[in-house]
Amino acid sequence: MALLEVSNLTKIFGGVRAVQNVSFAVDAGIVYSVIGPNGAGKTTLFNLITGIYVPSEGQIRLDGRDIAGVAPHELARFGMARTFQNLQVCMNMTALENVMVGAHLRLDRNLFKGALRFPSIARRDAVLREEAAELMRLVGLEAFTDAHADAMPYGALKRLEIARALAAQPRVLFLDEPAAGLNPKETGEVDILVRKVADSGVTVVLVEHDMKMVMNISDQILVLDYGRKLAEGTAAEVRRNPDVIAAYLGTHQ
Amino acid sequence: MPRSRFTGLIVIAVVLAVLPFLLPNNFYLDLAIRMLINACIVLGLNLLIGFAGQISLGHAGFVGIGAYATAVLTTHYGWSPLAAMLAGALGAGVLAALVARPIFKLKGHYLAMATLGLGNIISIIVRNEAALTGGPDGMPVPALALFSFELSGEKQWYWVVSGILLLSLWASLNLINSPFGRALRALHGSEVASQVVGVDVAKYKLAIFVLSAVFASLMGSVTAHYVGFVTPNVADFFHSIELVTMVVIGGMASIYGSVIGAVLLTALPQALAGFEGWETVAFGAILMFCMIFMPKGLVPTLAAKFGRR
Ligand SMILES: Nc1ncnc2c1ncn2[C@@H]1O[C@H](COP(=O)(O)OP(=O)(O)O)[C@@H](O)[C@H]1O
Ligand SMILES: [Mg+2]
Repeated sequence: MALLEVSNLTKIFGGVRAVQNVSFAVDAGIVYSVIGPNGAGKTTLFNLITGIYVPSEGQIRLDGRDIAGVAPHELARFGMARTFQNLQVCMNMTALENVMVGAHLRLDRNLFKGALRFPSIARRDAVLREEAAELMRLVGLEAFTDAHADAMPYGALKRLEIARALAAQPRVLFLDEPAAGLNPKETGEVDILVRKVADSGVTVVLVEHDMKMVMNISDQILVLDYGRKLAEGTAAEVRRNPDVIAAYLGTHQ
Repeated sequence: MPRSRFTGLIVIAVVLAVLPFLLPNNFYLDLAIRMLINACIVLGLNLLIGFAGQISLGHAGFVGIGAYATAVLTTHYGWSPLAAMLAGALGAGVLAALVARPIFKLKGHYLAMATLGLGNIISIIVRNEAALTGGPDGMPVPALALFSFELSGEKQWYWVVSGILLLSLWASLNLINSPFGRALRALHGSEVASQVVGVDVAKYKLAIFVLSAVFASLMGSVTAHYVGFVTPNVADFFHSIELVTMVVIGGMASIYGSVIGAVLLTALPQALAGFEGWETVAFGAILMFCMIFMPKGLVPTLAAKFGRR
């Protein structure tokens, strides 16, 4: 059984069919990429799977359990984590705290224990601080461990989101254009990072416009166009697909 | 580094310890006590507004619930002050919990209007239930007696209220730097980001609303005992605005800002007493000035100026 199974998924906004009758399956442990021109419905697909939007139609199964319409904070319990195409960093917090928030579900969140600073809370927070700093090193942000989020450049914030998502220790990680707006050097670093994450056993679902990165990294690729599934397969298969060449690769080369 | 969080707390403790010996008479001690009580309420409100990012324009309503629970239950029903105080807190907490779900579905202006309405309803009830509350004239409140000890005189009150403030400051500093507090700040920073890491946003908004309502109610009871008299003004709109103003002037999401905001705005009417009826205008002018030149509030602005974040 696939880790994630999407069948006949549809999302309609007013008159816009952002996602139409899309089906695919993601096996555990792979890098699965979703590509397509702007407006193809990639972000909407992510928002449906991660519970931000409720599907108009269709099923989404995680480990065989139907999760369509389940709230995002519930899905986090099942090991789902994600980053956002449009940054969603908490600018009212430090970089390190942003990462620490990622570990929310792994902590004792009791209000009273927190207010009275129970030794167990203080100890766990001290360890978490180290874990978060380690994650920031992993994503190449060691220079920002003491920084406030609102003092960080765009490229650093994109990677901060990845660190936060990793702090949740997810089973499946959704990355929505992690390299968008990054320079070639930073893009290369994100490429290596995604590989590292995948090698550590996390299933990665990736939306990315950088074709070099996508073609190199992906085990499977799903091509969307106007909300519909245009093709699915390995990098080689997708590259050869005439529909894909016509609709997408052709216009972008 | 985690230690430095409490530097301000130690400074405040020292100031509180020496202050009574520097103040010339009980008039100033009384002013100090009212500042400290306000600081406590503002601290609780700042957790809601500044840290969680949820506005409440009806918070004086909860202060009123505590004040009148204390007044009515001790005077008419012979309850002990402690029991009355806890009943008020329970009432405020239950009310806050009941209205939280529908209220926090609203955002921005709508949330402001809904909380404003809630505060007004409470204020109207105490004004109209004259048989119990004395109506617009208010009613007297007996002294605060805990077990066999009766609190009396400004000196005693000062130490008690100082203790409450220091404890509240300590607990608030702990809270905002605990997993609960980080989740609260995160939902303010990005609601959707906090959701996808597992924060049950509705639950957290409810919890902090209830906590700040309960705390406001407890401090309302304390005020009632201290002043020895309650009037419906304690619950009215102007008081709510005053509390929000203290939060904003001191600094949103600033623990120490809450204290500074409360101290300054409690002192201001005294300082402006010479203006004879123009206090409210001066009050508004100062608020406007602060918002234009220090939109982040005093403490965060000064902290940034002196290079500390
Ligand atoms: N919340 C929304 N409300 C209305 N239309 C939306 C919304 N989100 C996305 N859309 C529309 O759905 C289509 C797909 O958008 P999106 O999923 O963001 O594409 P992509 O991520 O592939 O660029 C676009 O036409 C977009 O305008
Ligand atoms: Mg997109």
